[in-house]
Amino acid sequence: MNQFDDYVKALDPDVRASVRKATTNVARARERALSVLFEDAESARLRAMEVKSHVLDNLRGYLLRLEERCVHNGIVVHWASTADEARILIGELCLGAGGVGETVVKAKSMATEEIHLNEHLEGLGLEVVETDLGEFVVQLDHDTPSHIVAPIIHKDRHSVSETFQREGLGPQSSDPATLAGQARDFLREKFKRAKVGISGINFAIAETGRLVLVENEGNNRLSTTAPKVHIAVMGIEKVLPRESDLPLFLKLLAGSATGQLLTVYTHLIHGPRKAGDLDGPDEVHLVILDNGRSKVMNGPYREILRCIRCGACLNACPVYRASSGHAYGHVYSGPLGAVLGPALEGVAGVGTIAKASTLCGACEEVCPVKIPIPAMLLKLRSELKQPRAPWLAFQQAASSQRAWSLATASLPVLSSLPNPWTANRERPQRQGRDFRRWWDERA
Amino acid sequence: MRVQLLLTCLCDAFYGEVGIASVRVLEHLGCEVAFPKEQTCCGQPPFNAGDWASARAIAERCAGVFQEDLPIVTPSASCAAMLAEGYPMLGLDAPQVFELCQFIDEVAKPSSWPSLPSPVRAVFHRSCHGRMLHLGAVQERVLGLVPNLTLEPIEDADQCCGFGGAFSVTHGGTSVAIGSAKLDALGAPTPERVVSGDAGCLMHLDGLSARSGRVLKFSHVAEILAEAL
Repeated sequence: MNQFDDYVKALDPDVRASVRKATTNVARARERALSVLFEDAESARLRAMEVKSHVLDNLRGYLLRLEERCVHNGIVVHWASTADEARILIGELCLGAGGVGETVVKAKSMATEEIHLNEHLEGLGLEVVETDLGEFVVQLDHDTPSHIVAPIIHKDRHSVSETFQREGLGPQSSDPATLAGQARDFLREKFKRAKVGISGINFAIAETGRLVLVENEGNNRLSTTAPKVHIAVMGIEKVLPRESDLPLFLKLLAGSATGQLLTVYTHLIHGPRKAGDLDGPDEVHLVILDNGRSKVMNGPYREILRCIRCGACLNACPVYRASSGHAYGHVYSGPLGAVLGPALEGVAGVGTIAKASTLCGACEEVCPVKIPIPAMLLKLRSELKQPRAPWLAFQQAASSQRAWSLATASLPVLSSLPNPWTANRERPQRQGRDFRRWWDERA
Repeated sequence: MRVQLLLTCLCDAFYGEVGIASVRVLEHLGCEVAFPKEQTCCGQPPFNAGDWASARAIAERCAGVFQEDLPIVTPSASCAAMLAEGYPMLGLDAPQVFELCQFIDEVAKPSSWPSLPSPVRAVFHRSCHGRMLHLGAVQERVLGLVPNLTLEPIEDADQCCGFGGAFSVTHGGTSVAIGSAKLDALGAPTPERVVSGDAGCLMHLDGLSARSGRVLKFSHVAEILAEAL
């Protein structure tokens, strides 16, 4: 057994059905959206791949340019080489802005999930509130996100209602709009009170020092404008060269992630509030996070850093559809996570999740930046420490035709013994004639 | 035209008829088929499992069994993809290899095919290794040549069957969950036959179908083409 089989077994049939339905629907919507957005989606993906590869090849230069433009715009830039550095830095910024007991509102951010920021801030005595509806439910349930775009893909409205009722947000309801209203009322008070808003970043433009955020709920807008201090956290790979790169990436991200033609909100953050502005934070901080990415840059999994976190590979993946995101046991789930997790943290730790793939290639086929995920999963497997004896025996059998014929002749017999194959499947049986005998007899 | 048959280990062990059908199909197309008898495995099982030293040793042996200047044809997108895509990842030259339908579509290019003796309503399962070969709808196109054969559309035709080689055993529960969803989709138009181009998919789906009490009949593409001869 492995963790994936455990999750498949433990998954409530309704939950599995809804994960399958949700991922299938988004996968279909993605295809429709891309066909509307682009005359030739394939060449759009190719261009996006080229831009991201170019960024990785010139990353240092673009990051320094980004820093320079951000500083010019009044954004304070911080560099964090590890998760720990980032946590400490952000904690100090939060305490400086408010102090113990103050409220910090958070817009959805995988980078902050990656560095486990919430636990750290709570440890400092801060109240941290996730404001993305899905992330909010996850936080109330002391759960973890099971999808990088749709964090509660493993829950339905009934379980959300139970949670809200338990937490005193409102009476039981099965109406999604009512439930969203309950969360909205609760969160609105938090936005009013919060001294700090923390967000991720979808793209940062080196040319202008502009931070780009996309969302559908409006909570990012409130998180980044209502509090006095906005802290944005981005991985080093999030930089794009020019403003003119944005249309391509905004369309590819919205289409690939949710099947939308464009997200409901697109924020272009140019810096703190200026004299005469009606709203906006007094301070904007940008935390540029490495946390293992430089190491990945110089290794065989460099191309995974092209990822724009759209989640299309999760939706397309048969393993993800069957087991859901928690089975991966990592912040980043699905095919992306099966590569990025081990690439960032080392094969020795979480490398075995690279085995949780049929290598069907659906992930690569839908990836907006054409990351060769199956080839990377294969490479990761080759780096796993595994017992060699079974494969040496296999190699021995394959090294001569006589040994091979003995082995293949014994397979139909061996397969009649109890084995993992026959736990849920009938054993394969020799069907019809033996090819080699037929070949010899006709000669 | 002379071609060499790569039988594949599954046809060697279980599905001899698929190999026989492949030879008959190729001969119908006017090919002279050679079968290098020293062939064993292409090396994919250890390659996918991550033991690349074993995979390389087997791949080198396999490449040596075949003549360099003659195309290899195999009734498996999976084995063809191993030779075409896997060998270069192991640092070896890719042999000149075609999946059976790919060979028919790209090289032999028949304009027609003999008719099946009686009408058959079938569904087609595209094996995922066809993606790596960029086969697209090649296999469906070739089957489309066969009079009396109707291919019914199915939901989510691009989804994997969950076989995945060793994955089917190392992650058996997940593999079976994926396969059950695939069988639901394949069985929905109540076809007379489920057709696919890879024995791995067929072995997994057939075994799962039989165990779960479904009544589905499975055939390899080569068998359908040969049935019409």
